[in-house]
Amino acid sequence: MTEANGTGPRPASRVRVTLPDALRRLFPGSERAVWLDARTVDEALDALDARWQGMRDRLCDSRPAIRRHIRIFVNGDDATLATRLAPEADILVMTAMSGG
Amino acid sequence: MSEGLVDPMSQRTLLLLGTKKGAFILDSDGARAAWSLRGPFCETWPINHVVADPATGTLYGGGGNEWFGPAVWKSTDLGRSWTHSSRGLAYAAGETPIKSVWTVAVGRDALYAGVEPAGLFRSTDGGESWEHVSALTEHPTRKDWQPGGGGLILHHIVTDPTDPQKIWVAISTAGVFFSADGGASWAPRNRGTRQDYAPEGQRYPEIGQCVHALVMAPGMPGRLYQQNHCGMYRSEDGGENWESIEAGLPSTFGFPAAVHPRDPDTLYLLPLNGDTAGRYVPDAKLAVWRTRDRGTKWQALRRGLPQCNAYVGALRQAMATDRRDPAGVYVGTSTGQLYASADEGETWQSIAEHLPPILSVEALLADD
Repeated sequence: MTEANGTGPRPASRVRVTLPDALRRLFPGSERAVWLDARTVDEALDALDARWQGMRDRLCDSRPAIRRHIRIFVNGDDATLATRLAPEADILVMTAMSGG
Repeated sequence: MSEGLVDPMSQRTLLLLGTKKGAFILDSDGARAAWSLRGPFCETWPINHVVADPATGTLYGGGGNEWFGPAVWKSTDLGRSWTHSSRGLAYAAGETPIKSVWTVAVGRDALYAGVEPAGLFRSTDGGESWEHVSALTEHPTRKDWQPGGGGLILHHIVTDPTDPQKIWVAISTAGVFFSADGGASWAPRNRGTRQDYAPEGQRYPEIGQCVHALVMAPGMPGRLYQQNHCGMYRSEDGGENWESIEAGLPSTFGFPAAVHPRDPDTLYLLPLNGDTAGRYVPDAKLAVWRTRDRGTKWQALRRGLPQCNAYVGALRQAMATDRRDPAGVYVGTSTGQLYASADEGETWQSIAEHLPPILSVEALLADD
C-alpha cells in the first residue's frame, strides 16, 4: 500500500505491536510483543497476518474496519485502520468489554 | 476412522455438542450406557454446530466470537487438537460483515457453511478456505428476508447424497430455498408452510416463513421434514409442496427435528408450548415425540425424562440420532442438559448436566 505525496512513498516505520492473550491463544507460537514494519494500522495487521496466517481476520472485519469489540491504540490513542504510524509507535491491541 | 456399513460394537460413540461456551464431546462405547465428557474446545467460543465427516472422522465446528468474528474450527484427531480458519468466509467490502457460522454440512464433494447474516459458503479444501455461493444472497427476494429471534441466520443445509448438485438451505426468516445446480441458482421451497404472524389472507407467502429445522429422510432424497415456527411439515417432492403433519402433536411450535438413521417414516420432534407461552415443553414435562408413519400418528416418549418442573427447551440443531441398531436419540437443552436414549426413544437417561446452553448435537461412530 503506497501513498503518493509528491515525494514518493513514505517508508514503513518500525513499530511495536502488543497482542492480547485471548488472541495469542488462537495462534500457537505467537508472541506477546512483536516489532513490524508498517505505515498504518492497516499495514500492521497485514504484517501480523504474514507472520500468523489468519490473524488479520480475527481483528478486522470485511467492511473493512477494526472489529466492533476489538480496540487498537497507537501511543495511547484510539486508532482506526487508517491511522498512520510514526517510527517507534506503540500499538496496543485489546479485547473490548463484551460478553455474556 | 469412519462410520462403517456394519455396526461393530468396537466403534466408539461420540456426541458432538456446540454450546454457547465452546464445543464439547461426550464419549461412549457401543452400549451407550456410560459417557464421559471432554471440553470445552474452540477457546470457549460460542459454537453453533459441530459436525463430523463420517468418511474421515474430521470434526468441524462453526461459530463466532464477539471479539474475533466467525470461523470454522477443525479437528483431525477426534477433538484432541483444533485449528481454525475463516479465509474467504466474508462478504464483499461495504456489506454487513459475517457475525457467526451457524451450521456446517459435509456434502459429497464439498463442505458447506451457513452464516449470519444469512448466506452460504463452500469449501473444497476441507475447511481451509471458503468461497461465497453468491447466487443465494443475490436472489431477488433477499431484500425481504427478515431476522428472526436468533438473527437472520442460515441454520440448516441439506445435500442430496445421490446428487451433489441438489442443495436445500433453511433461513430464518426467509424459509427454505433449493438449488438443483450446485448453488448456481436458487428457488424458494415454501409452498404449503404457514406464516401465522401475517394477516389473514397472507399466511402462505412465497418466502418469509420461519423454518427452524430441515432434515432429509434416509434413503429417500425427495422426502424432507420441517419443523417450523408455525407447524410441522413433510414434503415428498423435495420441498415443492409441504403438507402439515402437526395433528396429534401438543403444539405447532418447536425447534429441532431428527430423522431415524434407516427408517424414512420415523421422525423425532420436541414440541414446545408455543412461541408466546414461554417456549418450554408443554406442562413443564419433557417429552420427545416420535412418529413411525411419516407424521400420521405421534407418540410422546417420556420414560426417564423429567416430568415435573422441567422448564426447558431445545434449539434448532440440538437433537440427533446415531447410526446404531437400535438407534440412539439425543437431545440437548438450552439450559445445558443432555438426554440420551439407546433404544430409539423408548427410555432415556441424563448423560450430562450443568453445561452451557446447548446449541447443537450430532452423533458419530468412530474407530479409536
